[in-house]
Amino acid sequence: MTAYSVTEPTGRSKLVAGLLVTLYAVITLLPLLWIISTGFKSGPDSISYPPKVVFEPSLEGYVNLFTTRTRVAAEEFQNLPPPETWYDAIVRESGMVIAGPSRFGERFLNSVIIGFGSTFLSIFLGTLAAYAFSRFKVPLKDDLLFFILSTRMMPPIAVAIPIYLMYRELGLSDTHLGMILLYTAVNISLAVWLLKGFIDEIPREYEEAALIDGYTRFQAFRKVVLPQAATGIASTAIFCLIFAWNEYAFAVLLTSGTAQTAPPFIPTIIGVGGQDWPAVAAGATIFLLPVMIFTILLRKHLLRGITFGAVRK
Amino acid sequence: MTDPIAAAARATPDPLARRIRGLSDRAIAWLFVAPTIFLLLAINIFPLIWTVRLSFTNYRANRPNEEVEWVGLRNYIRILTDDGIWANMQTTAHFLFWTLFFQVLIGFTLAWLINRKFKGNDLLTTLIVLPMMLSPAVVGNFWTFLYQPQIGLVNYVVELVTGTPASSFSMLGPGGLAKWSIILVDTWMWTPFVMLICLAGLRSIPDYIYEAAEIDRASKWRQFWTITIPMVLPFLMLAVLFRGIENFKMFDMVVLLTGGGPGNETLLASIDLKREAFEKWRTGYSSAYAIILFVTVFGLASIYVKALNKVKER
Repeated sequence: MTAYSVTEPTGRSKLVAGLLVTLYAVITLLPLLWIISTGFKSGPDSISYPPKVVFEPSLEGYVNLFTTRTRVAAEEFQNLPPPETWYDAIVRESGMVIAGPSRFGERFLNSVIIGFGSTFLSIFLGTLAAYAFSRFKVPLKDDLLFFILSTRMMPPIAVAIPIYLMYRELGLSDTHLGMILLYTAVNISLAVWLLKGFIDEIPREYEEAALIDGYTRFQAFRKVVLPQAATGIASTAIFCLIFAWNEYAFAVLLTSGTAQTAPPFIPTIIGVGGQDWPAVAAGATIFLLPVMIFTILLRKHLLRGITFGAVRK
Repeated sequence: MTDPIAAAARATPDPLARRIRGLSDRAIAWLFVAPTIFLLLAINIFPLIWTVRLSFTNYRANRPNEEVEWVGLRNYIRILTDDGIWANMQTTAHFLFWTLFFQVLIGFTLAWLINRKFKGNDLLTTLIVLPMMLSPAVVGNFWTFLYQPQIGLVNYVVELVTGTPASSFSMLGPGGLAKWSIILVDTWMWTPFVMLICLAGLRSIPDYIYEAAEIDRASKWRQFWTITIPMVLPFLMLAVLFRGIENFKMFDMVVLLTGGGPGNETLLASIDLKREAFEKWRTGYSSAYAIILFVTVFGLASIYVKALNKVKER
């Protein structure tokens, strides 16, 4: 027998709560499961009514996502040599041939370059600033910290107007560098606030001991503080990466060709008569999965990340 | 100079280390903070000042060679007296109010249930949180598929549950449903955010307070209203602040769901601003519009933070 506790919920209330929360989880995950399953449907299956839960899986969506296709005249189609690869065969079934690769690969690569580039820069600058705010007397510290935070309140479109003009003058429009700088500027407020919280938690005594042992400030920062802050830096980096990865407004306004990322691209995937939903779903799945995995890895620091370190659990 | 540290520094062979040791803490602090401040000045503050300047002109970004005239406060007056813009503000307020309402209601309830600490609550929490971390643009685009008229999954589920024929309504089409459809998607995405913060609030309440209340024979109902709610309130208000600012700026998810339509039914202020700035190219006018929006959100947030601090002090 365990001791009776007034704060421990009863078994029945736990059961009811568990069932209700499970119900909510099922409903809320349904759209996500629908995205993943639509990626494996054939075109007609994806728009059948009633919606198909059981269907014959097809890789058509994935093939369409990575290729562009053309229709050829009937007799020419008859005379084509047999398809060489499995994806050729899938495209042939719909009476078309592969014309070339689509732009999805490039757009995805842009997302990777811009995401990682801006994350690296935000973390690099953010760690330095956070260390200074955490350890030194910086004049107007609170004002500066609030100023850094308030830059997040601006609607993206409001900032986009002059940035559009500025980038046009500087030749940064539609370049990777331009987007990396822009996302760094947006992310740095999050990075500074989160990292300051993490560094605040490292006891000062460690560094002071190192300084007495003859380390310079820089050495103490590099060899004592950075290793201690590693987990915090890693989770802050993932938050910055997720933001840059998901961002749409700046990307759609400031990029068009060379530096366009995946979020403005995926909604433009069209097939015959409207959006090619299996291909859109395939693209969405490839694009969303890394974030889902990161979210699961991050779960301990999630709360801190989404509240700028205001709530720490 | 008889400073022992300086003497030690002179003895250090590495010239770089010596130079760095020569820096005072104050200099290091500035060296570390300066790049961040510089970047923010260049990409946030300078553009903001430029926007203010443009807002007093009739500049058009698609005609850079045309002569620019100073028009004083004309842009501001035109915006504040425009009925269309007041309608957009009302649309934004409607979106803001109902998303916050549903997210607080459902988010708090979920947190309260999860706090029963049943088996597997950690796993369920992680799963529930997933939608919030995903790209609003990609997800918003996919919801137009779920919302397809007649054959969409949402229509099917509604027919299954309520018996209303699926072909009799359209979630994003005319008929007044669109402004609730965007609220539904936003609530789906962001309820976990409110839930997580409420959960942190609930977990911060020490057990002994409930134990004391139990000794005083306070009913569970009374404990809920006099302990749970007041203790969670600062957390809840913080969640509302974050969601309020974000949804005031809302652009990506809604623009991909409805593009502001049907008609102007879901034309939120920032979608309208994008049209003025990047489709009609009225740069000066839209700069004034942007400043008005920024001042509104900044002003409301400041008042709200004051109220929040009062609640915290209590």
